[in-house]
Amino acid sequence: MTDSERPAPAGAAPPSGAAAAANGSNATAAAAAAAGDANPAPGPAVGSGATAAAADDGNPAPGPAAVGVAAVAGSPVTPELPPARRLWIPLAVAGAVLVVAVIVGVSVGPTALTPAAIADALIAKLPWHPAVTVPAVDVAIVWQIRLPRVVLGALVGAMLSGGGAAYQGVFRNPLADPYLLGIAAGAGLAATIAVVAGAPSTLIPPLAFIGGVAAVALTYVLGSGAGRDRESPGLVGTTTSVVLAGVAVAALLTAFQTYLLQQHTQVLQQVYSWILGELSLASWSNVTTILPYVTVSAVVLIAHRRLLDVLRLGEAEATTLGVNVARLRLTVVLAATLGTAAAVSVSGLIGFVGIIVPHTIRLTAGSSYRMLLPVSMVAGGAFLVLADLVARTAQAPAEVPIGVITAAAGAPFFLFVLRSRRSLRDLA
Amino acid sequence: MISLEGVRVSYAGQVALDGVTAQVTAAEWLGVIGPNGAGKTTLLRAAARLLRHEGAITIDGEPTAAMSRRRLARLVAYVPQRPLLPADMTVTDYVLLGRTPHIGYLRGETARDRRVCAGLLDRLALAAMAARPLATLSGGELQRAVLARALAQEAPVLLLDEPTSALDLGRRVEALELVDEIRAERSLTVLSAVHDLTLAGQFADRLLLLADGQAVAAGPPASVLRADVLRPHFGPGLRVLRSNGSLVVLAERMQRR
Repeated sequence: MTDSERPAPAGAAPPSGAAAAANGSNATAAAAAAAGDANPAPGPAVGSGATAAAADDGNPAPGPAAVGVAAVAGSPVTPELPPARRLWIPLAVAGAVLVVAVIVGVSVGPTALTPAAIADALIAKLPWHPAVTVPAVDVAIVWQIRLPRVVLGALVGAMLSGGGAAYQGVFRNPLADPYLLGIAAGAGLAATIAVVAGAPSTLIPPLAFIGGVAAVALTYVLGSGAGRDRESPGLVGTTTSVVLAGVAVAALLTAFQTYLLQQHTQVLQQVYSWILGELSLASWSNVTTILPYVTVSAVVLIAHRRLLDVLRLGEAEATTLGVNVARLRLTVVLAATLGTAAAVSVSGLIGFVGIIVPHTIRLTAGSSYRMLLPVSMVAGGAFLVLADLVARTAQAPAEVPIGVITAAAGAPFFLFVLRSRRSLRDLA
Repeated sequence: MISLEGVRVSYAGQVALDGVTAQVTAAEWLGVIGPNGAGKTTLLRAAARLLRHEGAITIDGEPTAAMSRRRLARLVAYVPQRPLLPADMTVTDYVLLGRTPHIGYLRGETARDRRVCAGLLDRLALAAMAARPLATLSGGELQRAVLARALAQEAPVLLLDEPTSALDLGRRVEALELVDEIRAERSLTVLSAVHDLTLAGQFADRLLLLADGQAVAAGPPASVLRADVLRPHFGPGLRVLRSNGSLVVLAERMQRR
């Protein structure tokens, strides 16, 4: 193993490749390379450096000019990398939006409460709180109705959008989201069966959870066995087949569900309202039910964020960098699926969040999963809290299904962001 | 040192590589040449264990088949023909990904990883563009970034699949020259597929000519770059000239107007 930390000769010799070539034995080759350069100078930095280099050694070619930049920019004795791109700026922005969303979400409701009353009501339930006098009804409104709804919305939004980002990374497909492998169809079918069979409504969430996870398991088993040992012996190439299997499984399960609904039209309303998604019945028990899943899922996904960046180089290269791609894919899918299925089981099928939130962040802040995963989760939480706010106030006292809001507000916003970008090369 | 013995690969019943044997010692450069479809890429992918193969591939006597992925990645670095280059990834972030085999599962880069990459960016004249996204680099700069990423693995064996096919002639020589210097500095074992026969002859210590998945000739460039050896595989228009001590291989059209 060689030590690549080659101390640059202090000042004198140009420290870089092509220049070293000119220095070294084969001067003709380097000169030929310089003279033969047909590439225009690629950017302003290099362009300005080109002048400096030309002045230095009378060599007008842009290639060695880039080398000139390296020399001019000065390489200290121990070369240093530029500081890593800041994760904190996008995270702070998303965090600020989330805080505002939560404050507004808790403040707005059919009963007008002053900010002071809300603050007092919040404090009243905290341990070691200063003495406050608040009506019990205010405390109940804030703690039993608004706060669990806001917290649940934030958790569900964080999971749907973090899960979307993870799926897109692991399948390297910009359209991948938690529903792609059949979570929605599986959960929807299970919920429909539960309603048709007359199961108590408390049973719908656990059955929906099981249905969603089972559908993904089916997709994975059917999809990852295909194509192996043929075109790409053993290692890669199962990504597309898993995605296609997901589409097929979803179509199949949705067909069953449609048939069931058509046979039992009396449950249409109840099933349909679940499918469109709602947070109106949110309670602390919902929150505590999904919190372990969402927490574990979020921790696992964030822990794999660097490996998802390695996967951006493609499966073959990730493999030659020592990554077990099949295991990475399975781990990430498992974590994202459990978290998403838990979220869906209490919120219904809130669409579109897993696509638009991660892509909006990619398009505005960058595609590195080290930034994208945590920021998607925070921003997804904020997005859903705001969407729920609109859902319950737009037609108050009636509620608009939140899935309608996420799509109706999210789609135009996303299209705006999409069209304002020139490059779409990094969407997965 | 990497040694391949009777390496055989077949796709869906079709034999792509039929019992190829080759050895490359430390600091040696073996150039793999051959017509399209001869099995050059397959040979390199088998050496990187990206394909299932029969026959033994060993590195310093240790069979690669028994190694963990991570261990293999510390011994063999592989540069594919068309690497995926995420447009918005910075040069620094890209090169740092090359440290993956040295970074624990679920860990991040250490100060040493950053030092290694800083040294490489400096060595490969990329320091000035370290913070720039890959999309803003020229072809030659991208090629150096890809090489830097592979070198960041600090592996003694470097596999290059037609590393210069996307570059103009001048950049090609420059890139191969750089590989050659680093090979000498670090005693790297280089196994590379090279499309351009003239350049292959100038840079490789030895050449291996593949045709239809079989090794049909091997040896020093002067013994392989001969019209009678090459014509059966590259066509009758092929000519080998000698110019200033190096061999120039060119193809002439057969029908004169």
